[in-house]
Amino acid sequence: MKELPLYRNKTFNRKKILIMFLAVFFMIMFLIGRLVYLMVFCSEYYGGKAQNLHERERDIKAARGRIIDATGTVLATNKSVCTISVIHSQIKEPEKVIAALVKELGISEEEARKRVEKNSSIERVKTNVDKEVGDAIRAYGLDGIKVDEDYKRYYPYDTIASRVLGFTGADNQGILGLEVKYDSYMQGTSGKILTLTDARGVEIENAGENRLEPVNGNDLIISMDINIQKYCEQAAQKAYDKKSADGVSLIVMNPQNGELLAMVNYPEFNLNDPFTLIPQLEPEEGTTLSEEEKQNLLNQMWRNRCISDTYEPGSTFKIITATAALEEHVVALTDNFFCPGYKMVEDRRIRCAKVQGHGAETFETGIMNSCNPVFIELGERLGVDNFYKYFKQFGLTQKTQIDLPGEAATIMHKKENVGPVELATVSFGQSFQITPIQLVTTVSSIINGGKRITPHFGVEIRDFDGNLVETLRYETQEGICSEETSETMQYLLQRVVDDGGGKNAKIEGYAIGGKTATSQTLPRSEHRYISSFLGFAPADDPQVLVLAIIDNPKGTYYGGMIAAPVVKEVMENILPYLGLDK
Amino acid sequence: MARGQDKDKRDKPIRYFDYSLLFLIIFLLCFGLIMLYSTSSYYGSTRFEDAAYYLKKQLFATSLGIVAMIVVARIPYRFWMNLSGLAYLMALGLCTAVIFVGSEAKGQARWIYIGPLSFQPSEFAKLAVILFLAMVVYKTSKQVGEFKTLVKIMMIVMPIVAVVAYNNLSTAIIILGIAVCMLFVASPKYSHFVFVGMAVLVVGVVFISLAAYRAERIQIWLNPEEHEKGYQTLQGLYAIGSGGLFGKGLGESMQKLGFIPEAQNDMIFSVICEELGLFGAVCLMTLYLLLIWRFMIIANNAADLYGALIVVGVMAHISIQVILNIAVVTNTIPNTGISLPFISYGGTSILFLLSEMGLALSVSRGIKFEVT
Repeated sequence: MKELPLYRNKTFNRKKILIMFLAVFFMIMFLIGRLVYLMVFCSEYYGGKAQNLHERERDIKAARGRIIDATGTVLATNKSVCTISVIHSQIKEPEKVIAALVKELGISEEEARKRVEKNSSIERVKTNVDKEVGDAIRAYGLDGIKVDEDYKRYYPYDTIASRVLGFTGADNQGILGLEVKYDSYMQGTSGKILTLTDARGVEIENAGENRLEPVNGNDLIISMDINIQKYCEQAAQKAYDKKSADGVSLIVMNPQNGELLAMVNYPEFNLNDPFTLIPQLEPEEGTTLSEEEKQNLLNQMWRNRCISDTYEPGSTFKIITATAALEEHVVALTDNFFCPGYKMVEDRRIRCAKVQGHGAETFETGIMNSCNPVFIELGERLGVDNFYKYFKQFGLTQKTQIDLPGEAATIMHKKENVGPVELATVSFGQSFQITPIQLVTTVSSIINGGKRITPHFGVEIRDFDGNLVETLRYETQEGICSEETSETMQYLLQRVVDDGGGKNAKIEGYAIGGKTATSQTLPRSEHRYISSFLGFAPADDPQVLVLAIIDNPKGTYYGGMIAAPVVKEVMENILPYLGLDK
Repeated sequence: MARGQDKDKRDKPIRYFDYSLLFLIIFLLCFGLIMLYSTSSYYGSTRFEDAAYYLKKQLFATSLGIVAMIVVARIPYRFWMNLSGLAYLMALGLCTAVIFVGSEAKGQARWIYIGPLSFQPSEFAKLAVILFLAMVVYKTSKQVGEFKTLVKIMMIVMPIVAVVAYNNLSTAIIILGIAVCMLFVASPKYSHFVFVGMAVLVVGVVFISLAAYRAERIQIWLNPEEHEKGYQTLQGLYAIGSGGLFGKGLGESMQKLGFIPEAQNDMIFSVICEELGLFGAVCLMTLYLLLIWRFMIIANNAADLYGALIVVGVMAHISIQVILNIAVVTNTIPNTGISLPFISYGGTSILFLLSEMGLALSVSRGIKFEVT
């Protein structure tokens, strides 16, 4: 075999091959540099974008905190409900699925068929289905039906304190009442399931899903007592029926610390069905409501009249005028007055409730008789400046800061517009408006020794296991009036109940203080009245204060005649219940 | 040591075989198949309900390729000298035929079907051009230093470049690049190539500005996030960026799950980056560099200029594809469809790549060592 001659590539060939190799080498080095830039310095940026692209987030609802009353009764809680959906691609026996849906959910076959045969990834058939129904559907074991459990807010007592408790919306957010005010405490934090999906959105199994457990909301412990609330609701209902009133409101408060024990706005609505109008608001048959009209009626139904509506307090306001006069030392209990049945203020003749006049009377009997001229006189003695000073000092110019949303502000004359006539009318509680809660709060601060309290329901925040999370604190303002004035007022108001206009609220054996009121709503020509009575007991050391307001009663409308018995009825029940001795 | 033995060996050439190259090839093949399976299993299972669909096809082509490599490596490479003209004509014919009878993919006909097998003539064209040019240059090696000869040789290659460019511009560019590299090595001059380089640059700029869709590619390149057609590029960058230093681990890529379109083809490098990180990517690039280094050694020591030029052609082929592919995937240059040798999915490509490896091995067998 002839050997090939040894061939050596020419030097320039070798050199050029080396150049080629070096060129490739440097280009690859450059690309490595580029990769370092992309994978080290841009890693966070691109990696984050990629992560966003792959991740799908699913919320896990947190259980909302409950509302629990002073007796430990749960007033608002959560109920497991189910959402029934069908997944078209997974259905194997469509006829059986349709039959099951029709039977368990009570929907029409047509409807069920529409859902089942719709070619979508997931089709929701019905939400808020009871857990038992969901379980029943699950028991069929049919492919393609999805039963998702969820929480729904549930109010075991339906109508109890509807405007106070309030209700929640579909997203677990408070819409009304305490549910709004304490939303942040009760809401909890929803958990999250982070899953990875491919480009079609299909979840990747075993992709190590990132689960963030939900934090359940905290319970709200309120000062309301379900039993007192129930007594009050019954009393309100009775008055409502008897007087064919438009509404009856009742507030029961501890005047020492502002804890509200009950708040009734009869008729109440059903918290488990808050979007259905109560019969009283339903339009006459045959008329259909527009969306807007219906919404207006719903808003009216949801309104907490005790805090959102203002009214002329009428004679109950004489408590405040009397306190101001006593504080300013412009009157003594024994001062003498004369009531001819009216009083001339400038050229106006302002009448007393008793047309024939109360005749000669002292300040004490004047308040017992609820005599307008006496209070007009007090107003004059005080003067506009002093009147406004005390109006402000007693806290009437500011809101009570009650822990419920929608509190209305006081509607009062501008000081510079107040002439003698305005001053006279204000002195006996007319021509300006305050809310019932404002009245209750102000009177409380007068009879409790002179400290203005903040009315409230919320007492404590506890976690689901009952551990205390936070004790809610409220402002107290001292020095509203002197102890002496406070004691005088306790005495005077007890006299009103014992022997004066409030004697219908008298309960044998109890020292009860109180004041009646009958106010006329505007326009006066409609002859619509609001009769009210404010009572408290024990008179010398008030532990409970009750305000009853009857809106537009038919027939007799004097507060002393119709509202005082309501308070009496409530007191008869709750004084022994609260352990207040005779 | 014993000088007498050395003397014996100098007379009797040592039979040489480049085992390092063979090892590198086998390693790249295995690595490529693993990455291909990892990348393509999602598409395989969603489209064909068989996660190994692409792997099986690639495995079949790889087996054929290995057989071809072994056969070619055993045939002395000078055997091809007489056949290379025929191969060139055949490649020209097939590439012309594919324009008329080829199956279309994305609007460009690139495949010829023979029964159940598909065949991409442009891959064959690369091999044919390497063999043919090596022969032509070898035959004219005396005059190759003249510019006239250079132009003449380029004119011979132009027909196939033109035909391939008709529906596969990227491959045409590669063929052109291979030809230029081979001529560069064969010619003793430098000035010619500076001139050629400038000319290519000018023609390139004109070419790009003439066609609107190419200008659009430039826009995508500069700003892939703003451009709606920058999707593929951007998804590739997401994959690369989420890899980090050591990657998410083999098989853990998210971007391969339908986010990167056809990830097993040209974009497979981005999935490698995502799964194996910067470390894995640099390792792979180092492997390619080692491979190219082996080619240089073989070319430098080849028994004759013909063998050297064949290896230079193969070296140019691998280098150009690796560099362009990685440059495209990292958005260093505008997007153009170039596959990553040994790793991207493509049966014809792997078959002819392995045949080229056979050629290089065959040349390495021809090396006669002088022990000095």
